[in-house]
Amino acid sequence: MPKAILYDSTLCIGCRACEGACAERWGLPYNDKIAADETISAHKLTTIVTHGDHFCRRLCMNCLQPACASVCPVGALQKTALGPVVYDAAKCIGCRYCMQACPFQVPTYEWSSRLPRMRKCDMCYPRQSAGKLTACAEICPTGATFNGERDQLIAEARQRLAAKPDQYYPKIYGLSEVGGTSVFFLSAVPFEQIGLRTNLPGEPMPMLTWRVLELLPDVVSTGSVLLGGIWWITNRRAEVARKEGPRK
Amino acid sequence: MTVRLPKITVWRVIFAAILLSGAYATYLRIFYGLGGSTNLSDKFPWGLWIGFDVMCGVGLAAGGFTLVAMVHIFNIKQYRPVLRPAVLTAFLGYLLVTLGLLYDVGRPDRMWHPLVMWNPHSVMFEVAWCVTLYTTVLFLEFLPIVFERFGLHKPMEWIHRISVPMMILGVLLSTLHQSSLGSLFLIVPEKLYPLWYTPILPLLFFVSAIGVGLAMTIFESWHSARAFGRALELPLLASIGRVLAVTMSVYLWIRFLDLLHRDAFGLLLRNRTETWLFLLEIALAVVPTALLYQSRIRRNPAALYFCAVMVVFSFIANRLNVGITGLEAGSGTHYIPKWSEVAVTLSLVAVGFAIFRVIGQHFPVFEAHSPQSGLSEVETKEADPLAVG
Repeated sequence: MPKAILYDSTLCIGCRACEGACAERWGLPYNDKIAADETISAHKLTTIVTHGDHFCRRLCMNCLQPACASVCPVGALQKTALGPVVYDAAKCIGCRYCMQACPFQVPTYEWSSRLPRMRKCDMCYPRQSAGKLTACAEICPTGATFNGERDQLIAEARQRLAAKPDQYYPKIYGLSEVGGTSVFFLSAVPFEQIGLRTNLPGEPMPMLTWRVLELLPDVVSTGSVLLGGIWWITNRRAEVARKEGPRK
Repeated sequence: MTVRLPKITVWRVIFAAILLSGAYATYLRIFYGLGGSTNLSDKFPWGLWIGFDVMCGVGLAAGGFTLVAMVHIFNIKQYRPVLRPAVLTAFLGYLLVTLGLLYDVGRPDRMWHPLVMWNPHSVMFEVAWCVTLYTTVLFLEFLPIVFERFGLHKPMEWIHRISVPMMILGVLLSTLHQSSLGSLFLIVPEKLYPLWYTPILPLLFFVSAIGVGLAMTIFESWHSARAFGRALELPLLASIGRVLAVTMSVYLWIRFLDLLHRDAFGLLLRNRTETWLFLLEIALAVVPTALLYQSRIRRNPAALYFCAVMVVFSFIANRLNVGITGLEAGSGTHYIPKWSEVAVTLSLVAVGFAIFRVIGQHFPVFEAHSPQSGLSEVETKEADPLAVG
């Protein structure tokens, strides 16, 4: 069963424990200065972002049909059956198409490294494979970040919306965005007010390029026949002209 | 014994300055990574090296496949004299694009990975394969020039035997990856400004590549005529100018229909940078197209050259808009290339010009093929300025 994360902004107190746990999981340094920088980078794969009275989290959405995995020329990114989108740094050539393609601007790059890698949250694939919770969910003191089966989390989110309709903006972010993600957001205010993109297509992003790419065999076969045929006709015409030319 | 130093001219000084700055930028790129040599960021992962070096470089080399198709597949032999320079431009163009990619890609030591690690769902994978194969084809199309130079008749015959399928393959590969450079951006509907984002990006990229391929042919003929003191093939170039006018008209008409069907004309009322950049790009395409319909413009070398240059600039503006400026607002950031990015780009262009010149001087690039016996009559008829100008 695929796993997912439910982040409930109304329960988040902005303690940043998830940031620290995430840094520990990746072996990255974490201190007050890093905590104060509310952007994700190759050195900080998740962050709490303050929007006035509200908090929001930034982490990889681990989309059901990820744009990053579809655009990667070497297949370094893969969507696992468990849910996480994982990255094989040994394959990566550093074209950064995943960064360009990601509608959530999640993948980051080790810009100052001589042998750089892309970095992003992988929803704690190793931990979840071993039956453990993601590091962020495990440490969250309020249950704002909640980790579990995707279906159950959707049911849970719907239940929360139904139970306290006055406390929530009545939608689950991540249910339909780009064909669905593995991270859901609940919020007290409309999602764009906590920095989430709301202009995303409802269909999976990979379809946008696949619609064109799937025509490739047709273009090649039709093109070969067409060009070969044109060559055959025009060349014949030139041959005839060559033979008949002097007689005119 | 005296060592003869090359004569110092303004152009040589500029050339040396560009290469020196390029060498220092290369040092920065190698030892300080992309962070030390570019202004790229997590929010803006592609910059000048993709927007110009790759997207414009591949397009500006499109004259190769356009003229191969015209001369060898459509059998319009009158264009033969400009075929070899176009193939040479394309071959050098693709080599420089590959060299540029070695700068841009984070792990250039793994550039070969797409050839063995496949992901057919990736446009980038398709582009990588097409560019690799097409560079090989261009090499084979360029080889006869080398064989002819050294009088190697036997290999010339081998090449000749595979030439037709090879040229068809070359045109197909070009069709695929010229359009695919547009498909690359189909995945960013939320980032690319709607004046440029359209599902028909691949079609627009393909048609504009043909246009700029023709314009580059006029451009390089004009320059090589000056550089090598040759006579300009004016009737021939005038006739290419006519094809260019039609191609650009088709291109502009498709763009008009695209904006119309997407109800995007309203965007032009907004006073935004994107609006002005779009208008600049369109104006640079409309003006030469309109001018090229007049025969007195086509038959005036300076005017014809000026029109070709405008088409080239319109093309560059379009690729930069799609690849860089049109993405800025949607990515929520600004990007201005670092000096070292510009230095590498200028160096690549300068190296391209220099190699072209050296090959043009020492190889039979500009002499037309010895015309096959019977064809000469047809050729004289076609080259009649009244028929083509």
